[in-house]
Amino acid sequence: MNDLHAFTAIAYRDLLKFLRDRPRIVGTLVFPLIFIVILGGAFKTMVDLGYDFQVYVFTGILAQTVWQSSALGLVSLIEDRENDFSQTIFVAPIRRTTIALGKIFGESLVSMAQGIAILFFGLLIGIPMSVDQVLRTLPLVAVASLAGGAVGLVFMANLKSQRAANQIFPFFILPQFFLAGVLNPINELPPYLDLASRLMPLRYVVDGLRGAFYAGMPEYDLTVQASGATNFAINTVIFLVCVVVGTAMFVRRERNR
Amino acid sequence: MAAGEFFALLGPNGAGKTTTISILTTTLSPTSGSVRIAGHDIVAHASAVRRSAGIIFQSPSLDLNLTAEENVRFHAVLYGLHPFRPTFSLMPTAYRERVRELADVLGLADDIFRPVRGYSGGMKRKLEIVRSLIHSPRVLVLDEPTTGLDPASRRALWAYLTEERARSGTTLLLTTHYLDEAEQADRICILSRGRVVTLGSPDDIKSDLVERYLLVDADDRRALNAELDARGIVHSAAERGLTRIDVPRAEIHALLKAIETPLTLVQTHAPSLEDAYLSIVERDEGVSIDAGLDDEDEVGHDDEVVDGTDEEDEGAAGTDEEGNTGQDDEDVAGADEDPPERIAER
Repeated sequence: MNDLHAFTAIAYRDLLKFLRDRPRIVGTLVFPLIFIVILGGAFKTMVDLGYDFQVYVFTGILAQTVWQSSALGLVSLIEDRENDFSQTIFVAPIRRTTIALGKIFGESLVSMAQGIAILFFGLLIGIPMSVDQVLRTLPLVAVASLAGGAVGLVFMANLKSQRAANQIFPFFILPQFFLAGVLNPINELPPYLDLASRLMPLRYVVDGLRGAFYAGMPEYDLTVQASGATNFAINTVIFLVCVVVGTAMFVRRERNR
Repeated sequence: MAAGEFFALLGPNGAGKTTTISILTTTLSPTSGSVRIAGHDIVAHASAVRRSAGIIFQSPSLDLNLTAEENVRFHAVLYGLHPFRPTFSLMPTAYRERVRELADVLGLADDIFRPVRGYSGGMKRKLEIVRSLIHSPRVLVLDEPTTGLDPASRRALWAYLTEERARSGTTLLLTTHYLDEAEQADRICILSRGRVVTLGSPDDIKSDLVERYLLVDADDRRALNAELDARGIVHSAAERGLTRIDVPRAEIHALLKAIETPLTLVQTHAPSLEDAYLSIVERDEGVSIDAGLDDEDEVGHDDEVVDGTDEEDEGAAGTDEEGNTGQDDEDVAGADEDPPERIAER
């Protein structure tokens, strides 16, 4: 019971910090909007894939932004360590997993808020969406947030400084970006790239969200790789493995300060 | 350590003070030995230990983006005192009253709802102490709590700590470089390079290592010396031509009354803990800095020992100054098992 409250407090703290950080709020929205409006808008009329490319980019960027925001948000683990705040959390009588989960959920709340903002923005610029579609997509935004947070835990738990995180993160995110089908369709990749694509955690997040978005629509077969159930199962496994492995690594690093 | 005791851990930088504290607060694992805090083993019952202890870290650990109240609330929730609610007004009444009380203690009033970033160093430290006391820990661990504070803040902090300790009977474990702070302690343990060098009360340590003596001077120094010789009073020449007389405190008055040569100066040398500390640490490190007569004299005839444990360590420190890895090869964590063994055990 105590751990549940502690979990809430840890998660809420991260959300609160985000809400008090105005530049970060603006910054997290600008990047995805550039992709959706400029890239999506430009290719919309240039390529004919049998579906609206801007919508394809919109769904991909929505999933990717939320996932990446959570993952990168876990840098707060390092931030806390650098500010010596983590030692306070570490001597509290709570489980280590509670700390890790609190962090993941806190950053997920942040990225879910961003996801909702991007959905609204999509409506504003005229991405065709029914209420039904929005409601189907929202839970997948949550899945993307949590999956990203868990992957972020593993990524961040091993790094020493925020500087290191900022330098290494692009190497971690860019291959995912192109292999997970965020902007570019991945149904006809050469075999070696196809294999690499299947190893990218982001792929299942993007595909899962598109599956919900396009459900029952003619574009579904052209844009979605696997069933919703398959994607959900894979995301769940990735989440659990990352939480267990990430917590262990994070505890070890904290003990060897 | 007994419950309610004020115990100070001293030692030069790198002596192992923070390591000891990290082990006591379960953030590092001991390599050997065992420690119990409030009856709980630090390895087997880490969670119970964490609940019984409050810690003020060497480096400040407040979240500067949060308000003072939010920092306190966060802590209270982590220690299971209250359920978490997103705003102050939604928190239970008991919590709100406690916070109002703490705000008064801190003299903060409504500033408690402002981000900590704007607080002064002393204020932040005080807030950390208030925060660490909110779960009524049985043992409060303070790792160099006043480093970097101005004298006024230091004094205010200690006034608050002393008052709080008198009220709640909390056991204090302090590390510090300010020897006057340790002077208030019930017992002092001096660590050097990971080993316990001395353990005892401040008075024991002082009397053990630095003597009290009297410095006198007269216009007619020759007459003074002759008189002292005639009376059989042991004396020696001190700096600036003064005469040093080693005499127990109780006999000072009688001695002065007996001297007939007109004296122009009488000075008593009372040892400070700092004198004692420095000579202990220097001796342990085998550094023979030019401390003149003090140093050599002490090792020579001053071998009263506080208690059993001390004897051993003193022996080690005294005899094998060079190759102390020989017979006494306790490492950092090894030495740690010595003092903290029975911290606040009840």
